[in-house]
Amino acid sequence: MNAYFDMPSDLQHSYLGLIGLHLREALLPVLFGLVVALPVAQLCVRFKWLYSPVLWVTTVLYAIPSLAFFVVLIDYTGATETTVMIPLTVYSLVLLVPAIVDGVRSVSPDTMAAATAMGFGPVQRYLKVQLPIAVPAIFAGLRLAAVSSISLVSVGTLIGNQGALGNLLADGQFYHRTPLIVTSVVTTALLAILVDGLLVLIQTLLTPWAPRGGKSAGKGAGKSGRPSLLRRRTTSAAREPEPAAARAALEDAVR
Amino acid sequence: MIQIDSVTKRYPDGTVAVDELSLEIPDGSITVLVGPSGCGKTTTLRMINRMVELTGGRILLDGADIHAQPVNALRRSMGYVIQNAGLFQHRTIVDNIATVPRMLGWDRDRARKRARDLMDRVGLDASLAKRYPYQLSGGQQQRVGVARALAADPPVLLMDEPFSAVDPIVRKVLQAELLRIQAELGKTIVFVTHDIDEAIKLGDMVAVLRTGGKLAQYAPPDELLSAPADAFVEDFLGTDRGIRRLSFFTSAGLELTTAPIIAVDSSAAQVAERTKASGAPYLLLTDTDGKPLGWTGPAAAAKGGAALSVAELLPHGRPFVFGKESLRDALDCAVLSPTGWAVAVDDGGRVVGVTSQTTIAEAIRGAHAERGAAGSPSASAKAAAAEAAAVDPAIAESKAAESKAV
Ligand SMILES: Nc1ncnc2c1ncn2[C@@H]1O[C@H](COP(=O)(O)OP(=O)(O)OP(=O)(O)O)[C@@H](O)[C@H]1O
Ligand SMILES: [Mg+2]
Repeated sequence: MNAYFDMPSDLQHSYLGLIGLHLREALLPVLFGLVVALPVAQLCVRFKWLYSPVLWVTTVLYAIPSLAFFVVLIDYTGATETTVMIPLTVYSLVLLVPAIVDGVRSVSPDTMAAATAMGFGPVQRYLKVQLPIAVPAIFAGLRLAAVSSISLVSVGTLIGNQGALGNLLADGQFYHRTPLIVTSVVTTALLAILVDGLLVLIQTLLTPWAPRGGKSAGKGAGKSGRPSLLRRRTTSAAREPEPAAARAALEDAVR
Repeated sequence: MIQIDSVTKRYPDGTVAVDELSLEIPDGSITVLVGPSGCGKTTTLRMINRMVELTGGRILLDGADIHAQPVNALRRSMGYVIQNAGLFQHRTIVDNIATVPRMLGWDRDRARKRARDLMDRVGLDASLAKRYPYQLSGGQQQRVGVARALAADPPVLLMDEPFSAVDPIVRKVLQAELLRIQAELGKTIVFVTHDIDEAIKLGDMVAVLRTGGKLAQYAPPDELLSAPADAFVEDFLGTDRGIRRLSFFTSAGLELTTAPIIAVDSSAAQVAERTKASGAPYLLLTDTDGKPLGWTGPAAAAKGGAALSVAELLPHGRPFVFGKESLRDALDCAVLSPTGWAVAVDDGGRVVGVTSQTTIAEAIRGAHAERGAAGSPSASAKAAAAEAAAVDPAIAESKAAESKAV
């Protein structure tokens, strides 16, 4: 057992410490991403012409490899956690904006007309009707962002050992200790699965009104012109959450 | 009263959806806007609560321009019901209904209590209160939509094809319920449909619009059927408007005969005597309560009534309720009857007489002569009351009262 959980001292963290660090580096960016994505998405819904340029910019950002990001950022923010979290925030933003926009737009025109006819103003309509109904779509985006963020943190190893479980992986390679590699990969995958499951649970609690199986969410998230890469990822994650999440996490971690 | 005064709507893309439309919508009655798809019905309706802003003319609500008050206050004074109900899928039924009262500042308990009262009023079981919209059938959702629109007791109700997405049977039930609720509440209802039958059934006044948002005719349904303004309206009414107009003629004046009616416990002698007296080849056999069992053939003369087995009888078909159902119902019963005679019954289903197709035809001619082919407005108001009587006596009273008031 020790072969798997005996952390090399240069990591400066216990096993659990690494997990905590990993989660913080992975999930804070998702949270920041959400905070920024909500108003951006609202602007895109309000001003329709804004959506395609925003989509274009975010897609281009998504296409930049994280390493390139780090290299640019390191001049400004140094070899710190911040340098790892900024690109992750951007990636989350890229996933969340279309998810929220599609979710909000998926609210049926009938429902919107009814709300207007009952004297809801635009703000009330957004907060009390569109946003709550978009929750399943938003969560589809959140799950995807969280899982990919968890797997991407490991890349932080390359800039001043800021990769948490990724550092463990690197150490395993450096010291030729295969068990450490296994621990790193398996733990990363398990974290992804657990966080994803937690998000599903929260979503279920937030949406007692959704038909079982969350079909309406999938409908909302799948539509409209989004770059094919993102669409494929969103829908596959929404349809078969656990296996896809685990596979993505494993692939990324091994890479 | 809602006065629509030379109202025009030109959309930004240049489409003129409504063109110089003028209508006076009386209080406490149902006014139906009907016309082919794209003729501007929805646009007209939405201009009343300013979901669509008119581009010409004006609309007055009780004499005041609808722009005189804040738009959301205007909207909350008008219930709005649409085709697919447009319920808030993330709120329970009771909270859906309580939406407007809550916005008006009612506390939660009072709003929910009001919502539950309304569920009862529109015929929804109280056990549905805590459900979510997806757990309801289309018809139930539509009832919730109506309850939600009524929640703050607005004087005006705007309804845009509220029943067109449900199946025909449910639609009939919902139409009857709307008439019942309207008899109790007496709202000013503007009802949009593309179904002329629905318009005729529900409307106190019917406005037929033609494509391009022009008014083709504005009249009570009876007058529409008897005197369509032009070929477009006539075409829109369909081919059997003569028959349909009979719905507005009461069967109360129809001549009935009791001669061929005989109870099941009669003796052979009585049967023979009846056959001779009535001169009819058929006798209507009733049970001891006076409810119809069926028609007997000539063979019955030889036997006593009791000796006849019900299996030997010809079916009597659907009877009509004398004085409540219309001449159209009476004629329909006669046409469908194997003997060509219609059976008239009272409220309790007991036979009050029978009548032949010939007699019904005479009554129709008589009714036409009395009213004139054009049908004066007062006559049609009465006829509307008579038709409603077929649904519910309470409605007939309220409609008659209404026509007096108008
Ligand atoms: N927002 C809009 N912009 C431009 N044209 C519109 C708009 N809304 C409706 N129209 C046009 O105005 C006309 C009337 O539309 P409206 O929706 O009022 O018809 P309707 O009588 O309700 O039809 P339906 O029975 O199909 O519901 C149509 O030609 C339609 O294409
Ligand atoms: Mg319409």
